[in-house]
Amino acid sequence: MTRVRAEVLSTRKLGAYHSLTLVAPEIAEKARPGQFLAVKMPEGREFLLRRHFAVHQASRRGGWAGTLEFVVDPRGPGSEWLASAKAHEFLEVIGPLGTAFAYPKRHTNCLLVAEGHGAAPLYFLAQELLARHKRVDMIVGAEDMDRVFKPIEGKRLSQTIAIVTADGSLGERGSVIDVLAEMVEGTSTEVLYAAAPSPTLARIAAFCAERAIPAQVAVEERMACGLGLCQTCVVPVARKDGSGYDLLRSCVDGPVFNPARVVWDRWISDAPTMLPTPPEGLPVVRSWPG
Amino acid sequence: MKRSLAVDLGGIELPTPVMIASGCAGTGRELSGLVDLRKVGGVVSRTITIEPEKGAPTPRVAESPAGVVWATGLQNPGIDAFVADELPRLARSNGRVIVSIAGGTLEEYVRLTGALQGRTEVSAIEVYLSGTDRELGRSVLGAHVDRAAEVAGAVARMSLVPVFAKLPMHVADLPEIAHAVVRAGVSGLTIGGPPPALDVQPEHLRPGLGGVTGWLSGPALLPMTLRAVFDVARAVPDTPVIAVGGIRSGGDAVEAFLAGAWAVQVGTATLIDPAAPVSVAQGIVEYMKAKGLASPADVRARLRVPASFGAVAQEQAEPR
Repeated sequence: MTRVRAEVLSTRKLGAYHSLTLVAPEIAEKARPGQFLAVKMPEGREFLLRRHFAVHQASRRGGWAGTLEFVVDPRGPGSEWLASAKAHEFLEVIGPLGTAFAYPKRHTNCLLVAEGHGAAPLYFLAQELLARHKRVDMIVGAEDMDRVFKPIEGKRLSQTIAIVTADGSLGERGSVIDVLAEMVEGTSTEVLYAAAPSPTLARIAAFCAERAIPAQVAVEERMACGLGLCQTCVVPVARKDGSGYDLLRSCVDGPVFNPARVVWDRWISDAPTMLPTPPEGLPVVRSWPG
Repeated sequence: MKRSLAVDLGGIELPTPVMIASGCAGTGRELSGLVDLRKVGGVVSRTITIEPEKGAPTPRVAESPAGVVWATGLQNPGIDAFVADELPRLARSNGRVIVSIAGGTLEEYVRLTGALQGRTEVSAIEVYLSGTDRELGRSVLGAHVDRAAEVAGAVARMSLVPVFAKLPMHVADLPEIAHAVVRAGVSGLTIGGPPPALDVQPEHLRPGLGGVTGWLSGPALLPMTLRAVFDVARAVPDTPVIAVGGIRSGGDAVEAFLAGAWAVQVGTATLIDPAAPVSVAQGIVEYMKAKGLASPADVRARLRVPASFGAVAQEQAEPR
């Protein structure tokens, strides 16, 4: 993990998202799919905490060598500030942080399931899997067409791809769960990777447990520091000896976990229950940080 | 002139008057590579309880204007695992470890102190007094003069290392509690524990934190910290006072010294910038150079207030 002052090389708007490419060879050299960056916010604003983003691309060779790309979903003051960053500005970044996805040794057929900008780290993973001669298939889901992250890139990286949107504006109408069984059967999935909000991951975990498919998931939980200091981004993970669970920090012990060991009921049922479920039609904020 | 940042806090000598606040220093391995911990004055451990504590439900953090609303629920591995594993690691990264302890009963505080006795890695103990008093059924143990003095005094009498009482800053009679706790035998005071806070997410009709209520930290707190330190330092002028809450720069630390602090702790700023404790110390040195000072003690409690101030304060304090 390194702390650098990195120049913004370019920015791009991708549907609802913004992608930022940084010149950060020290981090790009080491970053692996699943790991993330902690980006410092500007001085003199009322929002303080670093924002955390999965690495979407880390180029070690070729014309883009030494660059690092991440994807911002502008939904709050910090992410909006980042989305408005211009080329040649500088950002203070710590990375790469957290655990990475492990590559399968024996198996070859990999299914990658992404919801929203969870696709950003999974496309990076897809490239690494392809370089290891694995078969990659994908399910990419989102609320609407604008939030389907780089569908053309997804098609290029996968043998088959299922795109689903909640409003049916691109691909099939529905959620990633709706097409999961069909894709797993159609592609003879041996290993599953996923990056999505926790309710979706919980359903994927149940599916994988039922079919005995080995899986790895990248979780999303609110972080304050991202460095392992503050104990805020914890996830309940069962102990190997079966003697209960520990609350592990998703920034240093994760964000990639074995979903079979995450105690999903404990994690999701611990959500506040002070008030009834919000009325229909209100936006659901899926990602931290804002 | 020989300039020095070193400070003696009633038995514990620190090379700089800047520590990392409780709950912000990790477990001894996270900060390596991001800050040279040897340059940090001291490290306060996360708050340790007798039994392992799972802590509060997530989300545990939300942002507020110039602040952070949080509740970790004192997640910690319990005193036995802490002493076996985390304490030696913390001590290897920084030789001056102050262990923060929390109990729900007097007996728990005594047992925690006992478990740390004879451990050479412990340079001092910080007594967390903002938690629930299970024995007397009160929500904030340290908010009551006699109880705060009873608990802090018991730890101080038993401990072989200096003991600091961390007093919540939002209690009504803070100077009185400070006075009683000092009389009970503590070496110094940490002022102050974060005030209670609530984050509300109107679009979901829900609180922002999984545990509903939490605490406020971050720069928004600085003026509250200064006031609390100012009041306490005037009540117990010869007792080392450590200021904590909202300090993120050398300038902030100097403000705390002027209000009466002997040293400072940096919490939220460390989460954002792990090198903050070092840059705060550098900022203090720059101020000392500019003003021709030899030590931070030269400005301690030197805030110039009108001579009439004390009398006015007295009047205001009287009930109408």
